[in-house]
Amino acid sequence: MELLNQVSQFVISGLATGAIYALIGLSFAIIFNSTGIINFAQGEFVMLGGVLTILCINALQLPLLAAICAAVAGTTVIGLVFERLAIRPLKNATPLALIIITIGASILIRGLVMLLWGKDTQALPAFSGNDPISVAGATLLPQHLWIFGVTILVIVGCRLFFHHTISGKAMRACSFNPRAANLVGVSVGRMVLFSFVISAAVGSLAGVIIAPLTMTAYDVGVMLGLKGFCAAIMGGMGSGLGTVLGGLILGALESLGAGLISSGYKDAIAFLILLLILFIRPQGLFKKGETDRV
Amino acid sequence: MRKLITTALALFTLLCLSTVAYAAAPIKIGGLFAVTGPASFLGEPERNTAQMVVDEINKAGGIKGRKIELITYDTVGDTTKAVQLANKLIKNDKVVAIIGPSTTGDSMAIIPVVEKAGIPLISCAAGSKITEPVKKWVFKTAQNDGLAVARIYEQLKKEKKTKVAILTVSDGFGSSGREQLKAQAKVYGIQILSDDTYGPKDTDMTAQLTKIRGSQAQAVICWGTNPGPAVVARNAKQLGLKIPLYMSHGVSSKKFIVLAGDAADGIRLPSGKVLVADLLPKNDKQKASLLSFIKDYQNHYKAEGDHFGGHAWDAVMLLKGAIERGGDTPAGIRNALETTRNFAGIGGVFNFSPRDHAGLTKEAFTLVEVRKKDWVLVK
Repeated sequence: MELLNQVSQFVISGLATGAIYALIGLSFAIIFNSTGIINFAQGEFVMLGGVLTILCINALQLPLLAAICAAVAGTTVIGLVFERLAIRPLKNATPLALIIITIGASILIRGLVMLLWGKDTQALPAFSGNDPISVAGATLLPQHLWIFGVTILVIVGCRLFFHHTISGKAMRACSFNPRAANLVGVSVGRMVLFSFVISAAVGSLAGVIIAPLTMTAYDVGVMLGLKGFCAAIMGGMGSGLGTVLGGLILGALESLGAGLISSGYKDAIAFLILLLILFIRPQGLFKKGETDRV
Repeated sequence: MRKLITTALALFTLLCLSTVAYAAAPIKIGGLFAVTGPASFLGEPERNTAQMVVDEINKAGGIKGRKIELITYDTVGDTTKAVQLANKLIKNDKVVAIIGPSTTGDSMAIIPVVEKAGIPLISCAAGSKITEPVKKWVFKTAQNDGLAVARIYEQLKKEKKTKVAILTVSDGFGSSGREQLKAQAKVYGIQILSDDTYGPKDTDMTAQLTKIRGSQAQAVICWGTNPGPAVVARNAKQLGLKIPLYMSHGVSSKKFIVLAGDAADGIRLPSGKVLVADLLPKNDKQKASLLSFIKDYQNHYKAEGDHFGGHAWDAVMLLKGAIERGGDTPAGIRNALETTRNFAGIGGVFNFSPRDHAGLTKEAFTLVEVRKKDWVLVK
């Protein structure tokens, strides 16, 4: 019984962490799908979400909800500016060059935040209290419910957007074949911009909802970004259910591994999974293999 | 025209001569601190404090009428840089002694440099290997991790708790603490039931704590620096962990209480006495030094002095005493440092000897508990 309770606690804690990985993974996948590049500044968007919210609350005295909206909007603008200044001007750059640019951007953003905001870790107050809730022998915080709720909303929102709106469909078209999409009148450049905007918004939202639990500092984006990247790889870089499942599985495995095997290997477990998937199923856990027509 | 130039030259020469006659050359001491980079939470208050103490000494007339000149460089917590800068201090700036560096890694890296050059070093880092085994030219002011461990175990023994779980961060600070926790457990008759770690950037420790909750442990000892321990405190509250939670001196600042929020209540930790200076009994030897440090820091920087700054305070004051007694040569300073007895500073009461260049006992730590967002002494 005790072991059962423990396992249910491991799984639930893991799923809560996994939901965050899933959100960050989604934001990776959104950019990858419309541009073919992996945006390593994604973790920085997550960090900016949390940091800007705290800044709005402390410096501008905004109420929580307004601060969150302002932070997400602010990060979105940063994502937009980033695409305009760093990605768009390089018309014919290879994806590799663009990926290196995103790494540079992440270092720049991190450095700026460190200088302007300081190196201290800060906490955001919980959205609705800190009283633990008991579920199936495990305990959760109300903030975990917020995380699950927001994750589900974002996933449903993405699904609706990409499958049921013209813009969403146009973005998917760009990911399949940019030239063909261009020929039928889709502005590929604008879709790339859109993808950065959406991805920055989703990433920063993830940063905001975890800030009360994990606290935030200028350098939290690095590890969260890497874990989100793992989730996206597990899901085969798709912007759908695959990535979400990837994130949840990753979170649960990490937590189970730390609890049942050894906490020293927690990160090793995540990266071992990443390597295994890249070796064995590079198309992701849930995707059928693609065949290129010759 | 020529007359003008001659007058100017004459005046200039006069001016030069007069300054030389007015004051003897200042005594140059070097400072190496990790003012930026990951260890900046150590380096910044240390640099500030060192500068403040030197300014205060100069304002009061210097040491035997000679001013002190403090030359500080930022190591960024990078060992290569620390070595380069130590060489620069010794060869270019010709300092007679060096204070710092802030981290154990930087300190270990520059030890061969100062040993070879024969320049006394007073490190502000905590690692016990800095002065064990004793090196001729190396001293330190930060309390050894082992003393903090001893302080916790002593309390547990007093409460007849013999089974503990330890949870340490997987970086230099945590692994050094883990070694000490394991090494001293036998001495105090304590059994470590579970030995877990977490990553410095981890955001959820419920897995480790759930495991600990399922064990027979009577107390948890968590060893880390912010923000990890704050996450541990919050997770422990979430899981409804009933056994007492002990932290290390690595989180003995108000920042920890702010980060952990309500979850900090009831947590105990060994701390330098700076935190609770006003609560100390009147007969405490360190009380005068502590209050003066806190007051000066408040005046200079409009912030609360912490025990990291205290390490630099101790280093400069020890140096001052050594220069007063031993003169301004590196060898004289070293010999005078080694014979320093009963110096009541911020970190504790220092007693250096040829066999002990750390100079502190476990009384340097006092056990505090968080109650209603403030510290109280544990009796």
